[in-house]
Amino acid sequence: MRANSMVAMILAGGRGSRLYDLTKKVAKPAVHFGGKYRIIDFPLSNCANSDIKTVGVLTQYESVLLNSYVARDHYWGLDTYDGGVYVLTPRERDTSNLEVYRGTADAITANIDFLDNINPEYILILSGDHIYKMNYDKMLAYHKEKNADATIAVREVPLKEATRFGIMNCDADDMIIDFEEKPAKPKSNLASMGIYIFTYKTLRKYLVADAKNPDSNHDFGKDIIPQYLRDKKRLTAFRFRGYWMDVGTVNSLWEANMDLLKENAELDLGDPTWKIYTEDVNALPQFIGKDAHVEHCYVTQGSVIEGDVKNSVIGTNVVIGKGAKVVDCVIQPGAVIGEGATVTRCIVADDVVVPPNAVFGSAKSEDIQLVADKVSE
Amino acid sequence: MRALGIISFEDNTANIEGLCDHRPVPAIAFMGRYRIIDFILSNMTNSGINNVQVYCKEKPRNLIEHLGDGSHYNINSKRGKLRILYGEKSFSSDVYNHDVANYMLNMQYIEEDPNPYVVVAPSYFVYPIDFNDVLKQHVDSRADVTILYTSAKDAKNQFLGCDVVKLDKFKTVTGFEKNRGKLKSQQISLEAYVMTKKLFIELVTKAAETSSLYWFKDVLADSVDELTMKGYQVKGYVACLNSLSEYFRVSMELIDHKKALQLFKPGWQIYTQTNDSCPTTFSESARVTNSVVANGAVIEGKVEGSIISRGCTIRKGAQLKNCILLPGAYIGENAKLDHVVVDKYAIVHHVKKLEGTDQQPVYVQRRDRI
Repeated sequence: MRANSMVAMILAGGRGSRLYDLTKKVAKPAVHFGGKYRIIDFPLSNCANSDIKTVGVLTQYESVLLNSYVARDHYWGLDTYDGGVYVLTPRERDTSNLEVYRGTADAITANIDFLDNINPEYILILSGDHIYKMNYDKMLAYHKEKNADATIAVREVPLKEATRFGIMNCDADDMIIDFEEKPAKPKSNLASMGIYIFTYKTLRKYLVADAKNPDSNHDFGKDIIPQYLRDKKRLTAFRFRGYWMDVGTVNSLWEANMDLLKENAELDLGDPTWKIYTEDVNALPQFIGKDAHVEHCYVTQGSVIEGDVKNSVIGTNVVIGKGAKVVDCVIQPGAVIGEGATVTRCIVADDVVVPPNAVFGSAKSEDIQLVADKVSE
Repeated sequence: MRALGIISFEDNTANIEGLCDHRPVPAIAFMGRYRIIDFILSNMTNSGINNVQVYCKEKPRNLIEHLGDGSHYNINSKRGKLRILYGEKSFSSDVYNHDVANYMLNMQYIEEDPNPYVVVAPSYFVYPIDFNDVLKQHVDSRADVTILYTSAKDAKNQFLGCDVVKLDKFKTVTGFEKNRGKLKSQQISLEAYVMTKKLFIELVTKAAETSSLYWFKDVLADSVDELTMKGYQVKGYVACLNSLSEYFRVSMELIDHKKALQLFKPGWQIYTQTNDSCPTTFSESARVTNSVVANGAVIEGKVEGSIISRGCTIRKGAQLKNCILLPGAYIGENAKLDHVVVDKYAIVHHVKKLEGTDQQPVYVQRRDRI
């Protein structure tokens, strides 16, 4: 794909406050997943695998780590001659002081100069918060085939859960006739995934108009899409079937990790045709000790396991000491489980040291315990 | 560091039986995710050597793919250069294809390099070393040539066929001989040398003029009386991967994490080409102890005292003991393997039992199906 054919813009400014201490120092898109990945690796790898060359990443909350991470575009092979990953943060301007992004649409409007320089035919709006594999090139082909002004990716959800999402009501041709944000009585079960393709020229006009509207929330779901519908623009729904997860809470982050352990897992990170790329951490292979027991686990390099580990995802450079018992856990990169410690149904945050013989979590607890306090020694 | 790095190739006494049929020694997979050349090359770039020439005796494809432009070894893509060099003319007989001939054929690239010193080292000795310390001793001692050596304590079994340096009490080299396994303690040459680039070119030219079968080590031996050669003792972990049994022994020894940290010294990274493999799946039936495991593997069987490389599959009921699986190897259900080296992408399916020994591990060929 030529660099100016379709540009992806990833909205990665959110904190993800329901992840509590996991997002104390990093934005949600930078949170680790699956032992070695970060959440934002998914949209970035999807872009690379969909042959998109230019990606803008819009960051805001605790962005130092995230900015330096995504700027290393060679992790995803996005360092092509005329493409790249561009970090777009709120800025101070000649005519105004530093203004934070006021909404999803405002984040794009604020970078209209960046987009005009590239002058893309199409623009793909993504969220940096979700775990899924999707071919955006197929979505673009669909957008063109439908001769649409905007295409919105949707997935079918159980009707009783539809009240939590933005719901698309479509005609027989999957053209969108109505959009309802979190409806009390949903008419359909097609939920918006927050993934949009717009024909750029049209979108640009709407963004400029929306910026001038004092009553607007400057949000794609609340303002831009409804305005498109009022103006009878051609909006179509692109149905997505496959694994998709918003890991917005400690429980859902834990669950998505556990999904990797299932036999014939729906999310197959080992599929060579659609790899998820990530930081190339230079770590040793895994060392499994003489008395170790590793059963039903997903383990990545650099880990040193001397204890007993079951039903768990073990991150990069994790150390599990002798006699430690780790069951139903997600151990994030760099964490150390001390000798004889027992950790059950927990997420142990990055670089946390669990002292020897400590006990965290319980097999009986409904919620997953987050172990995030760094013990000073 | 003001030195050109030259990674030389090993002479014909080094032969990791089987594995060498498919690629040169430096390109052989080692410790699950590395290739043998990663160690000496990382030593050089960690020491601040930014220009490296890798000499390849034959079959360069593997090395070209693995080394790429060197950026993953921390070589600056503008200021530095990693070159893979080989004799582009054909040799009328294999005996003519030695290091000196390859240096002569690529002499312009050595002459062009702006660095005043050279660090020459082969890849089949693996050890951590900061070449800055070696260069400092070299300059301070005013030696013409500094030769790295290790004090081997089990030379009857290890470093067989390697060169022994004879040293006087001032650590001046007085001669060379071969280690034929007669003595327990020997000073083994690591075939790694530091000297000025000028002297290196002179010696290479002298070798070529003396005999068309001379290796660089031959001209060094000839020059012992004319030049001052000093030994530099490498005190930490050193291993020489010059036979299948040594490759096997060293791999098994490094399964012990404490031992491995002597080679993989904290703060001294060993770089390699990576593959974006996902983490490794240990199934409910997996029983893995005392092993080294790389990413991208699926383990359903029993593994003990083994090295499992990237992307290997071990099916239910399979039992591996003291084995080395190279990347992509597949072990079918209920196969029992002991002391076996399984080369890349080989499939062990129909054969249900294979057993080798420490001295003679069984070797299963690359892409073989048994």
